[in-house]
Amino acid sequence: MREINLDNLDDIACGAGILGTGGGGDPYIGKLLAREAIRKHGPVRVVDIDEVAPDATVVPVSGMGAPTVLLERVPNGGEELAALRALEKHIGRPATHIAPIEVGGVNSMLPIACAAEAGLPIVDGDAMGRAFPEAQMVLPGLIGVTNSPMALADDKGNTIIVEAVDNHAAERIARAVCVELGCQISCADTVMRGDQLADGLVPSTLTLAERLGAAVREARAAHSDPVAAARAMLAGVHLLTGKVVDVSRRTEGGFARGRARVEGIAGEAGQVLELHFQNEHLLATRDGVTVATTPDLICVLDSESGDPVTTEGLRYGLRVSVLAARCDPRWTSPGGLALAGPRYFGYDVDYLPFGS
Amino acid sequence: MRIGIDVGGTNTDAALLGDDDRVLAAAKSPTTPDITSGVTAAVRALDPPVESITAVMIGTTHFLNALIEGARLAPVAAVRLGLPATAALPPMTDWPDRQRAAVGGHGYLCHGGREFDGRVLSPLDPDELKRTAADIAARGIGSVAVSSVFSPVAEDDERRAAEILRGELGDGVHFSLSHELGRIGLLARENATIINAALRDLATVIVESFGKALAEVSITAPFFLSQNDGTLMDVDFARTYPVATFASGPTNSMRGAAFLSGLGDCAVVDVGGTTADVGILAGGFPREAAGESEAAGIRTNFRIPDVLSLGIGGGSLVSPDGETGPRSVGYRLTEEALVFGGTTLTATDLAVAAGRADVGDAARVAHLDAGFVARALDRIADRLAESVDRMRTSAAPLPVVAVGGGSILVPESLPGFDNVRRPGNFGVANAVGAAIAQVGGEVDRVFHIPEGRRDAVLAEARDEAVGRAEDAGARRGTVHVVDIEEVPLAYLPGGATRIRVKAVGALDLHRIGTQQHGATAHA
Repeated sequence: MREINLDNLDDIACGAGILGTGGGGDPYIGKLLAREAIRKHGPVRVVDIDEVAPDATVVPVSGMGAPTVLLERVPNGGEELAALRALEKHIGRPATHIAPIEVGGVNSMLPIACAAEAGLPIVDGDAMGRAFPEAQMVLPGLIGVTNSPMALADDKGNTIIVEAVDNHAAERIARAVCVELGCQISCADTVMRGDQLADGLVPSTLTLAERLGAAVREARAAHSDPVAAARAMLAGVHLLTGKVVDVSRRTEGGFARGRARVEGIAGEAGQVLELHFQNEHLLATRDGVTVATTPDLICVLDSESGDPVTTEGLRYGLRVSVLAARCDPRWTSPGGLALAGPRYFGYDVDYLPFGS
Repeated sequence: MRIGIDVGGTNTDAALLGDDDRVLAAAKSPTTPDITSGVTAAVRALDPPVESITAVMIGTTHFLNALIEGARLAPVAAVRLGLPATAALPPMTDWPDRQRAAVGGHGYLCHGGREFDGRVLSPLDPDELKRTAADIAARGIGSVAVSSVFSPVAEDDERRAAEILRGELGDGVHFSLSHELGRIGLLARENATIINAALRDLATVIVESFGKALAEVSITAPFFLSQNDGTLMDVDFARTYPVATFASGPTNSMRGAAFLSGLGDCAVVDVGGTTADVGILAGGFPREAAGESEAAGIRTNFRIPDVLSLGIGGGSLVSPDGETGPRSVGYRLTEEALVFGGTTLTATDLAVAAGRADVGDAARVAHLDAGFVARALDRIADRLAESVDRMRTSAAPLPVVAVGGGSILVPESLPGFDNVRRPGNFGVANAVGAAIAQVGGEVDRVFHIPEGRRDAVLAEARDEAVGRAEDAGARRGTVHVVDIEEVPLAYLPGGATRIRVKAVGALDLHRIGTQQHGATAHA
């Protein structure tokens, strides 16, 4: 993939859904937006991290808000570009590259649309390698890149520049602004120089998303197991295949938290896996014993189709396969775990090293 | 007494049910292009005491077929209220070319709509709507689909916009409003609304055909159409909301299978002429497919039963290697199958050769090698069993109910499933399912749940759904909540939660006698 054209979008969207680990929003609307933008402006050129000049100005763009709102109050189409232009004006120089801040979910697609509209290349990599709920949960934060200045734009032409004292404060301010603006806005933030990308981004994740989606699609077409294909592509481990028997949800501090119980079927009958989620799946326990934790990826796939199942889409009776995959190793550093380890999310457990 | 009728692509099935719900008579007749003569033939074959008929319930796949074919669809003006939002993806963005061309592809983006919490997104602009009306009139379009951002939260904009447009366009133009048809998810709801608008003229024709057919057999009782969720709609509702019939076929078959077998929790294998549809019943209702669904390649968001289709039916072609389907002789079965004097080896011929069915002339398949027949039928059984296994959600023993005319292909036990039942009147399960359809009411919108008030808000939503079912003609005391879904809007504070509650109850036959238009139901 050296450029993204109309043919690549379905696979990227499917793979991004899996990398969303249950959150990040359904990429469907994002895929349509990227499709319209590419139809209008042509394919998007993709560059590897090491192809980017050291003094390049790389701007991640993304959407913030509620996936349900995105599905209903569909974007105007100019929001990402408006956020980008506001940020460029504020920092006094133009962006040379667009990057995804988050490859999981809908935020894999919005920067593709933005890159097409802006006529800029997109960097093959992202700041998470998965999906996380909060704006400060990005690897560039570990190397001292701030998410301020942050440009926010809505669909009515309002733009806001946030210059916060730290990344957590920027997240809180942006979240409050987001609600006021109708719960779905666009962001341009976490500006990086080209020479910071190697330390700040997870490389080749757009390519991974596309290959993951392609693996699922091809397995389905060949009547082989799409879940196994996804697991192989992620070098992941199988946790359980079963049926969702209970889902409980509550809203706490602005996030949909909850638990789901999956009971094993066929050869795994008798086993029970409990998933703990807060938009994303963050913890998996078997008979009370932790078997996987954030920041590693806990992915729930439809057992038949291999389609990703979002935490909002979990419902009684669904047959799902649960996989775990290793996160980028930088996430498991003390700084990474402070940002996105299980204790940050309020769970009383430590990170369980992958594969242990 | 009630009559249930299922107008399928090939056959029109009918069943007569007594007041005690027993099946008194059943009949099948070929579906005819004019619909009327097929329906009258099926009803005549029942020989019902016409004065004793209190209601007729009809299930039809006609509207879905029209959409799939892209035929008989009326041009539609799709008016969306949401600017400056939504402009990136205009109406019909994600439609297949054939269907978009069939409805004309006329989309209009206007101001209006709400935010998630009911705040104004942008004010309606009457002048903009009048200009839109002028363009619609100039194009001679007679059906308008209006969808407004967050109309499931606040429907006023759709109503006001329709009033303004109607004022310009006159009473002869049909309006379909999205909040009456779908759920949250603008594009999918708008799609359902546009499809509905495109079917309005056809709906009038079809409903008149049904009325004419019943009049011809001297039945004066009110008739109803069955909806996707196994509930009923009256004639006025059917004319206004034909799209709500789209998935009624599989729903009726499965509900009928539950009723005839007496099993509320089971797998249902419904075998027709070209396909076998496998679904799961829980508590007498079909398990619903998760998320959005597609109709003729178009995303919509009404709930439909979760059905796995495989290409095995009574008319399926059997190849020399013993594989059956997916090609089928379809409605030409009675001309092309060997037992009917034709030259094509079909699945029905296998069933007759094996002595499982007694149709046509068994002598015409006597020459088939018994080993070949047994292997081919075993292969069919394996594939059906595999499909049931894929659909089930636990390893616990699961009874299987086989219905439909092609269910002669289903043996008395399937690999892994010892308990296979083919109830009496299995061939007309869909008509029986229509006859026992209930009346429903539903709530689906975003509620605000203050701290500690969850139970009270849920109770409010339940009461509202029950009230809607009663308003729609359900007998008080029979209405119960069959489904509750509660999804907090993620990534946001404020306790905004989308709650969906569905309630159903028995049709109050006394009340339909006293109401001029019979029962109405909510989509």
